[in-house]
Amino acid sequence: MLDAIGVDSIDDLFAMVPDELRLDRPLDLPAAMGEIELSAHMAGLAAKNTSAGRAACFLGGGSYDHFIPAVVDSIASRSEFYTSYTPYQAEAAQGNLQAIFEYQTLITQLTGMDVSNSSLYDGGSAAAEAVMMSLGVTRRSGRVVVAASVHPEYRQVLATYLANLDTELITVGTPEGTVSPEELEAALTDQTACVLIQHPNFFGCLEDVDAIAEITHRARALLIVSVDPISLGILKRPGDYGADVMVAEGQSLGTAMSFGGPYLGIMACREKFVRRMPGRLVGQTVDRRGRRCWVLTLQTREQHIRREKATSNICTNQGLIALRAAVYLALMGPKGMQEVAELCLQKARYAAEQLTTAGSLSCAFNKPTFKEFVVRVEGDVDQLLQSALAEGIFAGVPLRQWYPELADCLLLAVTEKRTKEEIDRLAAVLK
Amino acid sequence: MTPEQLLYTKSHEWAYIQTDSAGDKIATVGLSTFALELLTDLVYVDLPEVGRRVTAGEPLGEIESVKAVSDIYSPVDGEVVEINTALADNLAGLADDPYDAGWFVKIKITDESSLSGLLDYAAYQKQCEEEDH
Repeated sequence: MLDAIGVDSIDDLFAMVPDELRLDRPLDLPAAMGEIELSAHMAGLAAKNTSAGRAACFLGGGSYDHFIPAVVDSIASRSEFYTSYTPYQAEAAQGNLQAIFEYQTLITQLTGMDVSNSSLYDGGSAAAEAVMMSLGVTRRSGRVVVAASVHPEYRQVLATYLANLDTELITVGTPEGTVSPEELEAALTDQTACVLIQHPNFFGCLEDVDAIAEITHRARALLIVSVDPISLGILKRPGDYGADVMVAEGQSLGTAMSFGGPYLGIMACREKFVRRMPGRLVGQTVDRRGRRCWVLTLQTREQHIRREKATSNICTNQGLIALRAAVYLALMGPKGMQEVAELCLQKARYAAEQLTTAGSLSCAFNKPTFKEFVVRVEGDVDQLLQSALAEGIFAGVPLRQWYPELADCLLLAVTEKRTKEEIDRLAAVLK
Repeated sequence: MTPEQLLYTKSHEWAYIQTDSAGDKIATVGLSTFALELLTDLVYVDLPEVGRRVTAGEPLGEIESVKAVSDIYSPVDGEVVEINTALADNLAGLADDPYDAGWFVKIKITDESSLSGLLDYAAYQKQCEEEDH
């Protein structure tokens, strides 16, 4: 290679690096290992972690320990899918486009929305992108209203997106666990572009979506709802209660918790807003011989054509995780989704009852919930979590870090994977 | 109407100024043949809603061709009083008839001084010739 670039030696190649910046001794690294040795070493490091697979996991707050059928890994690990990136030479990748088209179709069926894009990065950025979209659709940029019951980290992402705009970010408090329609109404102005809520919300509570939709639309603002896709097996779909843009974290649909990523940003909207929607979009058409095929469509929304006027600077997607979601949804079907949702609901209900009957714990909010709920703890939250961990239980997410007024509260999630035995053990430790 | 009767912006919109029965000055606005030829095949137009306040030199809508999306700039200060709802379904024919059927919006002019920035036909022709080189 030195010959090819016309340099005599490696020292000549680095001659421009000043002496004082050079390391004049070997790197302080252990000796190289053979493959057998290395595998054992890595296994030892991995064993220091307690994974959700080895504990009873009641953690939630945006990342959930749902069951992943083996079919999902089997299909997603095919090299045609596993190694491919978002389609840039799009039409040469018909298989990928078809898979994404199926994903989009499944998402619209699940959510009752008209159009789904081919996915975004994660639930937080999808929520922020939806808000940016609403500024364009409504041509209002004065105010954005968000409920305090939306995931606090999603709200942080949103605040970052809005930091250099003149748009005011107003947070409506949720001291009772859900948005008060009266307080929401008072926060709306004729310059409000959108209302962002989460349903079920960060505390697991169900919002009064019909009232919120009515109030939001009366102010001619857009309603953006962040949902738990698993909940749609049992709850009304966002498209059915008037959501204008629906976003979601898609990790629950067949992807492992994996320390927080890579995840999947789901976004779908009403058809009339499609030209303002960010992200890639796959459409179905026919080739010159009349055969069904797929293309990237409405690309004029995107950055490589529209430049600084693009709806968003996202020109990519989360293709592999979207594929996993498509496989998961196709496998479960409407009946499977309903069963998972019912199991989550029933088990969460049982857990809440076991935890809050005759003991030191109480429910923080008196509202209907889905698979998550908040309990108020007597005594030290961290100590309680430590004693649960010693029993092999991830007992919940402490809320102090985001909500000082809920410093004595824990957020618990109960998925279809949790057993009665695990829930009873949890109750025994926490009470 | 003919191209010679119109006023133009440097960004290739045309405006036809009339006084209506109420005595208000109304600007009918479209895109020039020169601009439409540069845009090539059109696929979508986004027009403002009636009642929207517009400012000379600020975008009032967008036109999209197979290759690009361009803003449509308002030639005058005023309020949109009518939009050409038939346009969206007839974009393919727009380039054939840009000065009659091809109007985009009608704007009630609120500040006549905004007209002073517009070019007459001869000045606009000169600009197009320069841009062509």
